[in-house]
Amino acid sequence: MPVRLYLNNVGKAFTMHLQGGTVIPVVENVEFSVNAGECVVLGGPSGAGKSSILKMIYGNYRCDDGQILVTVGDEIINVAGAEPRKILGLRDSTIGYVSQFLRTIPRVSAEDVVAEPLIAQGAGEAEGRDTARALLSRLNVPERLWTLPPATFSGGEQQRVNIARGFIAHYPILLLDEPTASLDAANRAVVVRLVEEKKVKGVAMVGILHDQDVRDQIADRIVDVARFGSEAAA
Amino acid sequence: MNLFHAEDPLLQVHNVTRYYGDRIGCSEVSFDLWPGEVLAIVGESGSGKTTLLNCLSTRLAPTAGAIEYRMRDGAMRNLYQLTEAERRLLMRTDWGFVHQNAADGLRMSVSAGANVGERLMAVGARHYGNIRSTADDWLGRVEIDSERIDDDPRSFSGGMRQRLQIARNLVTQPRLVFMDEPTGGLDVSVQARLLDLLRRLVADLGLSVVIVTHDLAVARLLSHRIMVMRHGNVIETGLTDQVLDDPREPYTQLLVSSILQV
Repeated sequence: MPVRLYLNNVGKAFTMHLQGGTVIPVVENVEFSVNAGECVVLGGPSGAGKSSILKMIYGNYRCDDGQILVTVGDEIINVAGAEPRKILGLRDSTIGYVSQFLRTIPRVSAEDVVAEPLIAQGAGEAEGRDTARALLSRLNVPERLWTLPPATFSGGEQQRVNIARGFIAHYPILLLDEPTASLDAANRAVVVRLVEEKKVKGVAMVGILHDQDVRDQIADRIVDVARFGSEAAA
Repeated sequence: MNLFHAEDPLLQVHNVTRYYGDRIGCSEVSFDLWPGEVLAIVGESGSGKTTLLNCLSTRLAPTAGAIEYRMRDGAMRNLYQLTEAERRLLMRTDWGFVHQNAADGLRMSVSAGANVGERLMAVGARHYGNIRSTADDWLGRVEIDSERIDDDPRSFSGGMRQRLQIARNLVTQPRLVFMDEPTGGLDVSVQARLLDLLRRLVADLGLSVVIVTHDLAVARLLSHRIMVMRHGNVIETGLTDQVLDDPREPYTQLLVSSILQV
């Protein structure tokens, strides 16, 4: 299977200017690749830098050193040095992010929140809405909520709306940031099936999953992030 | 969205500098703005945001530097070399300017319908019925009831005035809109409605926007890219969520950490 994502010598540190310029090293020399149809799970203790790696791939955090290479058609783009509109273009077409936290937008209904990424990829309103409803239904979000803005939903409901939003569109690369945290067993199983379906479609995935069961079911490979720790390297 | 595919920028800003006597308003600001892109300029009062916005929108001549704009015919023109007639035409057709205080952008003594229709007449519309129906359509798009079309904006609330000002600006289908603290001074519930409206209109119309705000939540919701100013200089710039979630400069870290969490 072709390589979709390759991290080469990636390093990151935070400089906290408000705390006297303290430098907090996060990771160094991160190197791994992800093939189409493969799910790589980042392992290691809390604070090892798993989330930071995911955020750098998405362009949400800056990458201080190294390259993050993404295959787009027959082009290779380095996220680490890409200009903002290039990164926005990647997020539209190539890299999806499934996170736990929904940033609600006033007055936008749950089904529209979910449909938006698919419509942005060129689907019609009707197709977007139908696909959104099917996903919300699979994730057991009650039908009476679909037309309401999610701002007032419970935490679990918001999380499932966000999972539906993350899975709806066709991204060749999908980043999973603890998508099953705090879900019940039935909904965890739905997420596992959604991931399996993405694998069949050749999607390359990188995930953070603390749930041992889910991890065993979907991980093709585990990359231990602790070995990229700056202290480990020193 | 054409933002990712456009081959040429709409606006190119080269080393724009403005002095007020010996004092710096803004210093050596350069950037490109792409079609469909929303750029937020943030920073505290006195950081030079509004000076820069006024230079960009030809309301204040820069002391040095150049600003080029891609006209509808595709030609790149230096804004400060346009004739006065060309500049005025640009300002009332291809551009919009949304002021913080709606009274600065509206004519308070004429009706809401006339405020919108006037911009249309400025671009040559003459048929009264068409002007009125277009004005009515735009009032609807900014959620102002048709019944208020003959009322003048003095009888409108702050939020309604701001929405009317937006309709007045967008009716000529501009490509570039400048906004100066468009949600400043409004109640939070009114702000949320206005922001949602702006977000939809900007996306639907594919507008390019330069928005000045000191409210980072507004910048996060509306903008693709952010430029942080301090003491007249651009100190940090980048993708909006990157600058807000991983701020690099000491001043940006201070700004981000000063937001009250709700």
